[in-house]
Amino acid sequence: MRKISLDKLDLLFSEIAKSAKLYLPVDTDNGAKYDVWEDGKKLSDALNTVRSAKDFFFPQTENLMDFKMSGKNIEIIDTRSECEDFVVFGVRACDVKSFEILDRVFLADPVDTFYKNRREHGVIISMACNKPAETCFCKTFGIDASEPCGDIATWKTDDALFLDAKTEKGEKLLSALEKITEAAKDADAEPQKALIKERLARLPLAELETSAFGNGKTNELFNAPEWKDLSESCLGCGTCTFVCPTCQCYDIKDFNTGNGVKRFRCWDSCMYSEFTRMAHGNNRLSQLERFRQRFMHKLVYYPTNNDGLFSCVGCGRCINKCPINMNIVKVMKKLGGKKNG
Amino acid sequence: MQMNEYKPLIVAFCCNWCSYAGADLAGNNRLSYPADVKIIRVPCSCRVNPMFILRAFQKGADGVIICGCHPGDCHYTSGNYYTRRRMALLFSMLEFLGIERERTRVEWVSAAEGAKFAETMNDFAETVAALGENKRLEDLRCKK
Amino acid sequence: MQEITRDVLVNKASELMSAGTVDRVLGWMRGEFDYDITPAVFSTEEELKNNFVWNDFCGANFSKYLIRETQKSENKVLVFLKPCDTYSFNQLLTEHRFDREKVYAVGIPCNGMVDMTEIKKANEAIKAIEESGDSIVVKTLYDGDVTLDRADVLLERCKNCKSKKHVAYDELIGDDGEIIESARFDEVAKLEKMTADERYAFWQNELSRCIRCNACRDICPACTCEKCVFDNPNSGVENKAPADSFEEKMFHIIRAFHVAGRCTDCGECSRVCPQGIPLHLLNRKFISDINEFYGEYQAGSEVGNRAPIVNYTTEDLEPGEAVGRGGIDA
Repeated sequence: MRKISLDKLDLLFSEIAKSAKLYLPVDTDNGAKYDVWEDGKKLSDALNTVRSAKDFFFPQTENLMDFKMSGKNIEIIDTRSECEDFVVFGVRACDVKSFEILDRVFLADPVDTFYKNRREHGVIISMACNKPAETCFCKTFGIDASEPCGDIATWKTDDALFLDAKTEKGEKLLSALEKITEAAKDADAEPQKALIKERLARLPLAELETSAFGNGKTNELFNAPEWKDLSESCLGCGTCTFVCPTCQCYDIKDFNTGNGVKRFRCWDSCMYSEFTRMAHGNNRLSQLERFRQRFMHKLVYYPTNNDGLFSCVGCGRCINKCPINMNIVKVMKKLGGKKNG
Repeated sequence: MQMNEYKPLIVAFCCNWCSYAGADLAGNNRLSYPADVKIIRVPCSCRVNPMFILRAFQKGADGVIICGCHPGDCHYTSGNYYTRRRMALLFSMLEFLGIERERTRVEWVSAAEGAKFAETMNDFAETVAALGENKRLEDLRCKK
Repeated sequence: MQEITRDVLVNKASELMSAGTVDRVLGWMRGEFDYDITPAVFSTEEELKNNFVWNDFCGANFSKYLIRETQKSENKVLVFLKPCDTYSFNQLLTEHRFDREKVYAVGIPCNGMVDMTEIKKANEAIKAIEESGDSIVVKTLYDGDVTLDRADVLLERCKNCKSKKHVAYDELIGDDGEIIESARFDEVAKLEKMTADERYAFWQNELSRCIRCNACRDICPACTCEKCVFDNPNSGVENKAPADSFEEKMFHIIRAFHVAGRCTDCGECSRVCPQGIPLHLLNRKFISDINEFYGEYQAGSEVGNRAPIVNYTTEDLEPGEAVGRGGIDA
């Protein structure tokens, strides 16, 4: 484990930025967002960014290829370019976990080469959450915000930042930072970890649990009468899906530019009436069905296909942003039986 | 004449009952107006949805002009009065968003006003040429 | 703090339900915390007693829900309307979007609603929020209690409240208020005074944050098309994401234009925008233009009013005169 005093954070950032583009959360008038670090940019103290970190690997829109028509010929142009190396600093434990969930989708056969390219070039520096909020429930999904994963994990105390490499990539980066950091014992970060653990245990949503969901619960939950009340006031907007770090559905569309066609993909939302529309029409005609799809996917279908891993990380963004304040916590409490009250 | 002189692309929505015939008359009288004015015939100026105007800019237009019958002369009695209100509000909104107000225009041109048609187009093309390329309402994907 | 207590509303609703006037109630349902309140339909007195809530976080405007709700049953539904909600209510009636006979509207006074985003800007971990008179006490998990001046954390639309007067109701609880001369057009005027370059930069910055979640459209009581042109794959303009900055502009210009003359300035669009885009400014620009060009007009002030955009006089100003006025500087 290494450490650096907080007044030398700028030095740390400038050192990292020498070898790769560095992104970190900065404050704006509308909450924190990831931005490219440059001299003068300050690391945000906010618990989390408004948009999730999935944007780095799975951006909202992405050009796949171009077509050019000349006479009867169609030329296909590969617009792909090798991603440059980048480092993302200050990713929270929940968002780090979301990468594992995305990996299982995009890196499974057939591999999504666009995603893979970005993933290979990105280094994740995570940061433990000193002040988890009332909307946090990462613990429910087995995430420990006091022990974040990533390539390098960090802990911020009142005066220092502790860094611990977790992967080979992380070790490489951390050893390059040896000159400006000093050695530290693992025990030095323990008080901070203990403080966070104690705070996590006291969060209002700490008791939320998942036993009613997961592998094999499809039949039991699909026709549950509770879906009606839960989805009643859902507007069918895409806010929850677009701020969610694990929502990974996308649509592939062609855009006619007037002198060719651009094929691109963009995030799609199961809340939209046009989601997975096929030649025969739509397969989910009511908002109830669309609403159910989103939560069944996160809590039942995904774990069924992925060794019980839930595709929610408890970051709480949907709790903060839903226009009508319906969210996965309310769904889990209503469908989760007595234990979730 | 310079080889690379910038020529703006202009889309003109012309009412079938007046200005479209006015354009015809301009041609018959051999009055010249820029070849980069692309005319789209519409049954009435009020057929022009704000979306048409934005789409024209998206697909590369540098200026959009709507030509209709003089107020009081609408073939359908009142279509151009609605055009007048809609476009007043739309143009004001575009200006509010910081888009150059000279890029959009409404003119009333009757079927007998071939000369006015040519004059209007020449003047509009000149105004838009002075502004240069449309950068504020462009879609980068549509650029060659 | 609201003038009327929750119990008054619960009692009123229970009374109307047991009298058989209505068989269900559109109201605000308690959430996990003090602030995450969901619009819900209550059909028993038990549910009302346990879950109905009325506090400073009941911003949701129920008018649009009436379209769907009135189609579900022949019986009347009870709806609670704040003064600004009644304008949307009237506007929807003007457009024949729901059956007035199937609604029992109870007007309730409103002291303005609190903006949770504003509170969370400074206080992230919140244990509880208490309302007391003109202040809000935020009990945080780690930093003790923080007392905020209620007036500072009101929603933008409430800071610039246009009316405390109900323009539609079957029954009113409390006293009716007055229409207010608010400063709601000040921000529009400020933008108008900027140069075109500054205005362009302002909107480019604001709209570039748009993630096209469509929350502004889906919450909007004026946006009631069965199928939005932006959702229709056959329209040629359907888009699910802002693939180019042009599309953000097109979506917001067209949306604002489509509700021009029908928008009551209820402010729901800006309230729900997850990216904090001041969308109400676009609508207010149209409203202030309409007022200036065609005479004062408040959408929803009366049922049956003809919106200025579907009306005309032979003396209207020319589009060329609509631009470059007053402070507006090219």
